[in-house]
Amino acid sequence: MNAWWRTGSALLLWPGLIGGAALAWLFLWIQRKLAARLQGRKGPPFYQPFFDFIKLLGKETVTPGGVNRGLLHALPLASVIAATCALALIPVPGNLMPSFAGDLIVVLYLLEMPALCEVLAGYSSRSLYGQVGAAREATLWLGYNLPFLAAVVALAIRAKSLSLRALAATPLGPVHFAAALAFLFALPARLKRNPFSIPNAEQEIVAGPFTEYNGVPLAFFELSHGLELVALVSLFTALFLPLGHTPGLRWLLALLGSGALVALITLVATATARLTVRQAFRLYWSWGACAAILALMIAGIW
Amino acid sequence: MNILEKLLSISRRKSPWIYCLNAGSCNGCDIEIAACLSPRYDPEQVGTLKQGSPKHADILLVTGPLTLRTQDALRDIWGQIPRPKAVVAIGSCPASGNVFAGSPSVVGALAQVIPVDVYVPGCPPRPQAILVGCLQAAGLLAEGRTHDQQANREDGR
Repeated sequence: MNAWWRTGSALLLWPGLIGGAALAWLFLWIQRKLAARLQGRKGPPFYQPFFDFIKLLGKETVTPGGVNRGLLHALPLASVIAATCALALIPVPGNLMPSFAGDLIVVLYLLEMPALCEVLAGYSSRSLYGQVGAAREATLWLGYNLPFLAAVVALAIRAKSLSLRALAATPLGPVHFAAALAFLFALPARLKRNPFSIPNAEQEIVAGPFTEYNGVPLAFFELSHGLELVALVSLFTALFLPLGHTPGLRWLLALLGSGALVALITLVATATARLTVRQAFRLYWSWGACAAILALMIAGIW
Repeated sequence: MNILEKLLSISRRKSPWIYCLNAGSCNGCDIEIAACLSPRYDPEQVGTLKQGSPKHADILLVTGPLTLRTQDALRDIWGQIPRPKAVVAIGSCPASGNVFAGSPSVVGALAQVIPVDVYVPGCPPRPQAILVGCLQAAGLLAEGRTHDQQANREDGR
């Protein structure tokens, strides 16, 4: 198999679009079901995110007055494509994508794309709620990226490489614990889950940047959110979990680790209430900065 | 009906997202809708989610006797819901005006302003009845039998 086939299969089949979407719907369902069980409800059946997506595809798309029709469709599409490409580069078990030097930097840039598209979508939708949500997202972005980027940079310093496979192959050390802490601290805000569900705060600013979105563009934004969730969770399992080399066990450990991480995020989201932008920003630039400095110091010393 | 249409039809039945509108109600029906959305009845187990934006919704729940002041807002919000859409009238007021019938500040039955697909009678109706009304509306959406879908077919869209 040559490099083109391997790249194509990684983008389309696993862990790209098709495998990634299936996993995204599974993880979104785990989040909703677990949240429902913790609130004493029964929760949706496992096929719910899939049917939600299909239903939105089958709805009419209303373009709000004064909004560019091309932009309305291009932003969610760009978001889905970026999330799929990021996912295809992450060294999960069974990924055939050939590794190249510096793919870590490409993944980090691609992972910023969904948030960027969301901010642009909020501002371009001409809705007051959308603009408030976009401003909050942009502010929060400056906060959560401090511990997130520091965690990844600390691992890169330790591995003396910018290739994801080299990072994943580094034996676990003290730097991994500090970096995992910083990574986990940034994760709820990246996924816009409680206590950092500030940009899409329902009951407060309707649906944030997506208030004016409907039909196919909304379906694509939901899909890109799911793919982003899968990409971040599998980045964590690839970088911080010792998966070993036994083929079957590798798959099992990666899936169990991802599921446990999704459950942890849901647990935190259900147990907490929403912070304000100011509180969240202060949290990230005080405790988040502490975690970032700790991870970088340990990476420099050991 | 080919396989894609069948899949879309099942999706519409399984995922009815609702938007609630108070058109001058005494709040009795709204309290019952809130009870219907509570963990005890949990509409999410049949896929029903309450949406904050009418642009995300499939089903419009209307309570109240439709006062003169709310009728423009009602038309506006009904127009904002993307097709296909259904309307469920909650309680006796949107059906007949109830005790407010004949009042100078009340328009009258909801069906004079927008087409109504399902009526849930009661003053106020039970939460279970509201949930059944939503599911009936979802069933109509799946079969393409809401007033809105039929009007679209007649227009040739």
